[in-house]
Amino acid sequence: MTGAVIEARGLAMTYGRRGGARTALDGCSFRLPAEHVCALVGPNGAGKSTLLNLAAGLARPSAGSLAVLGSADPSAVRDRIAYVPQDKPLYPQLTVADTLWAGGELNPGRWDAGIAGRIAGPLPQGARVRTLSGGQRTRLALALALGKRPELMLLDEPMADLDPLARHELMGVLMAETAEHGTTIVMSSHILTELEGACDFLLFVDGGRVRLGGEAEDIVSAHALVTGQAGRDLAPHTVVESRTTGRQLTALLRKEGPVDESLWATKEPSLEELLLAHLRSPDAPPLLTPGAVAGTVREAVVSA
Amino acid sequence: MAESAAVEFRIDRRSGVATYLQIVQQTKQALRLGVLEPGDRLPTAREVVEATAINPNTVLKAYRELEREGLVEARRGLGTFVRRTLGTAAEASASDSPLRTELADWARRARSAGLEKDDVSALFTAVIDSTYKGDQDR
Repeated sequence: MTGAVIEARGLAMTYGRRGGARTALDGCSFRLPAEHVCALVGPNGAGKSTLLNLAAGLARPSAGSLAVLGSADPSAVRDRIAYVPQDKPLYPQLTVADTLWAGGELNPGRWDAGIAGRIAGPLPQGARVRTLSGGQRTRLALALALGKRPELMLLDEPMADLDPLARHELMGVLMAETAEHGTTIVMSSHILTELEGACDFLLFVDGGRVRLGGEAEDIVSAHALVTGQAGRDLAPHTVVESRTTGRQLTALLRKEGPVDESLWATKEPSLEELLLAHLRSPDAPPLLTPGAVAGTVREAVVSA
Repeated sequence: MAESAAVEFRIDRRSGVATYLQIVQQTKQALRLGVLEPGDRLPTAREVVEATAINPNTVLKAYRELEREGLVEARRGLGTFVRRTLGTAAEASASDSPLRTELADWARRARSAGLEKDDVSALFTAVIDSTYKGDQDR
């Protein structure tokens, strides 16, 4: 078992003071093991960006603890982390070539000019950053992030303004990176289909805490989508969401043992069906697989 | 640099078939059709994920499954190589093979009997299922 790259316990983050205070994270606990590609999903305002900002060491939590790459203070390991925030902060007056040069200067001993140059290759090297399109800026920001050869990449909505071809290409580059160097990648998005297939770990954040966390495969297989006659008892399973139309009942279950397939037509939900059901049912209990539970409380959670 | 891989995989995200299974099935298909032969190297996980943008663990899972079935072997530092072919389907699927000719005759008769393509597929699948029932668990 490899160590945890991120371990959060009771993490809370409040912006503003008193009257205007807004809580972005509240009692957020999870563990992300190394060498995973993690999808950080959740509705707008769920706390995804706040979580990435804290993990990058750019802010301190209001309460709780957050260890990143084994350090209790994420800002102390910032040279091993690459963080690409949503607004892609770059120097607008620098050219593409200057930006890459600065990347090398700012990351002595780590910089890989080869991969940075390859990713930024399609960009006009002499153009100033302020003249680039949103998608071009994203490409440049990812070139800098990859050039740093980080152990952990934190990418906030990385694919949002890329065209389909660039999206496929850059997602492929990220996957190759983790295949070759074991880089851990956390990617946020509110469009899950963008990440399905690429991610093997899931953190579904909603209302400032983790509602689903763990290996994507385990989370999906812990649930079942069933159809059968209305009025039949679904116990002992936990019903995440159910709908009755005439005599038919359709439900998304969290399984407690096997589902009786003589009564229910059963199929495995897609990750997207699973998330939609949880979004529509804010009261469904959270689920963390054993590998996703932060250290101290791990013993208390029963395996899914 | 090692010789280039003998095949590439196409991933269909909407097919409803698990991604690792698509790789397993496509490899088996290539073995049946003689596209892959013993000694051929499968693409590395890095090569597959760079081309398809899927997670590397998915590729490794597919290769483990193929290895478990004795179809390929991993050689440390070199890659994953084909150990044996699958069935005699390569000959059977040749355009002039007796089995194929008979099946083509049968398909023509089914069509002239008024069966639609879907009816024929359903019938074919049902017959295959009952013929091969109990042969193998997967």
